[in-house]
Amino acid sequence: MREVAVVAFAQTRHTDHDGGLSEPELILPVINEVKELTGLKRFGFTCSGSCDYLAGAPFSFVSALDALGAWPPISESHVEMDAAWALYEAWVRLQHGDIDSALVYGFGKSSLGDLRKIMTLQLDPYYLAPLGLDQLSFAALQASAAGADRKELDEIVRRSRADGRNNPYALDLPEDVTDEYAVEPIRTADVAPITDGAAAIVLATGDLARELCAKPAYIRGIAHRIEPHYLGMRDLARSASAADAARAAGVGKGPVEVVELHTQFAHEEPILRRALELPDGTVINPSGGPLAANPVMATGLIRIGEAARRIHDGTAARTVGHAAGGPCLQHNLVTVLEA
Amino acid sequence: MGNRCAVIGVGQTYYTTKRRDVSIAGLVREAAVRALDDAGLTFKDIDAVVIGKAPDLFEGVMMPEAYLADALGAAGKPMMRVHTAGSVGGSTALVGASLIQGGVHDRVLVVAFEKQSESNATWALSTHLPFSASLVVGAGGYFAPHIREYIRRTGAPEHIGTLVAVKDRLNALKNPYAHLKIPGIDRRMVESTPMLWEPIRYLDTCPSSDGACAMVLSSESAVTGTPAWLHGTAMRSEPIFRAGRDTVSPDAGKDCAADVYRQAGITDPRRQIDVAEVYVPFSWYEPMWLENLGFAAEGEGWKLTESGATALDGDIPWNASGGVLSSNPIGASGLIRFAEAALQVRDMAGEHQVDGARLALGHAYGGGAQFFAMWIVGREKP
Repeated sequence: MREVAVVAFAQTRHTDHDGGLSEPELILPVINEVKELTGLKRFGFTCSGSCDYLAGAPFSFVSALDALGAWPPISESHVEMDAAWALYEAWVRLQHGDIDSALVYGFGKSSLGDLRKIMTLQLDPYYLAPLGLDQLSFAALQASAAGADRKELDEIVRRSRADGRNNPYALDLPEDVTDEYAVEPIRTADVAPITDGAAAIVLATGDLARELCAKPAYIRGIAHRIEPHYLGMRDLARSASAADAARAAGVGKGPVEVVELHTQFAHEEPILRRALELPDGTVINPSGGPLAANPVMATGLIRIGEAARRIHDGTAARTVGHAAGGPCLQHNLVTVLEA
Repeated sequence: MGNRCAVIGVGQTYYTTKRRDVSIAGLVREAAVRALDDAGLTFKDIDAVVIGKAPDLFEGVMMPEAYLADALGAAGKPMMRVHTAGSVGGSTALVGASLIQGGVHDRVLVVAFEKQSESNATWALSTHLPFSASLVVGAGGYFAPHIREYIRRTGAPEHIGTLVAVKDRLNALKNPYAHLKIPGIDRRMVESTPMLWEPIRYLDTCPSSDGACAMVLSSESAVTGTPAWLHGTAMRSEPIFRAGRDTVSPDAGKDCAADVYRQAGITDPRRQIDVAEVYVPFSWYEPMWLENLGFAAEGEGWKLTESGATALDGDIPWNASGGVLSSNPIGASGLIRFAEAALQVRDMAGEHQVDGARLALGHAYGGGAQFFAMWIVGREKP
């Protein structure tokens, strides 16, 4: 495959409340930041990820184009998925060989509605959605199936929050963790916080990548897999699709110094760690991960950005970024990045 | 454009107001199975699935690809969900093709659908964020002023829209899948229907349809059956609120056409393209897009329509299938254009086949006439 690298990454200082910014206002600074970082004003391809249901109106991505300054008109597409899949689409487009750069961005304001109930609308509308299972309830089914150790989960939450407090872009969540249940066995602190935010990444190929970035983070493997939707048809204690995607992306072909996992619940970390067959020494979610900031629809893209950042700053030579979608980790994307 | 790619299977459902007999999953599967049958393949032969649809509010199912993975045989495979407003069907084909052109997969199933009967699209389109009140109702309310401006600029006589409304419905009578079948339709009938959004009358608009369309796309080495080869693919977008953009003949449409023509070696679309399937949801968009796509000079599109050149027996048939004016499962409407273009060059369009079609254009647009997706398919390898 053609050599493609992450050469720039920017994200908002995420908030746990509606800061009064519209989506285009949220996106504009991160787009400007990656343009400044690379010096590029135009890109061969642009792709974004967002979800209309967060805004409660159709076409949430339409006004985002105004933040890009898409004039003259640009070659552009959009996925109604986490922007990590927009990055995948851009990576595929760069394989054609006729363009050498791509802009990817994602954004979401989950503060505007009731995210837990909104996620119910992603379920089969005939047989599952009418049951009224909200996001916490179906996550709790997975937590029960996985049977994670409470001490381990508390440690994951404490670590994520501590790392998040050291990350200027993540939320400042308290050190003290209450033992209050959201939906048993999930505690409120196990749940990724409601967050507004956006992120952008620039991809570039070959010579351009080396020109734009001192230490490009090369995508050595990227793959995604979906699995059956019905929770009863899956072994919820495992993530078969994450394991398949990890194998296809070649996670096991070398050491993994840092991994950024799209864990919207603490119990997803041990499930994913096993699925990706991560070695013991791997540092997990040094950014704090989604448990410290979860701007839905950008969270997965931020995982790839954070994994790339460790290569950009020279602190790691091989990292992995992971993104997930659908109820109970139904859909997983794995990216292997190397210096 | 990357590696060669071909359409080797096309599947459509019958388009109708309400498909009460199937779920959303049943609807998309019906189209997918027909496309696989056409290609002589099964779900096992597919490497990845790309699905597209217009806003999720149309059915009230958020990101429905998660739920539809099972019905489309996607479990264990990569699946993508595209959404680029009304152009989404076209974009879905292009994202699927990109996976083959980029050398990532050999066979990709692309599917697009809308089950409009599950909800009310006009009102789903009229929901806006707080404090930005909607001044229009539905897509017709949005596009009618653009049409009025086209008429003002060109001095087109008012019956031009009616001609398109009649012509596309006559074509639909020859397409077994078309939704609107109005035997005996003529100008008087169209002109007797109520005015909805001046100058758009009831029969100048597209219907609300349930339906799905699917295609199997293939790399050169994995071709089965009768291929339609991709000669060019392009997408363009422009901002909706940019002051000074020409909403009647958008730059994004012109640029997209120029890009796809360059790839396919087309310098004179009117002469070189044999048949075009173009997204015309309101009758007046035929003369408007004739100009935007370079089939006629600026201000001259309506004359081409009036001359009968775009009729099935004209020299450049547009929407031989009956087009969006005859079948409109919104999210699928763009993919149907791309699929009908492929059927024409595969010589498989049945009664609405254009004799000897060798090169065809598939076109879709969306948003505030700001998103464009196009492809050129041909009988021969590029």
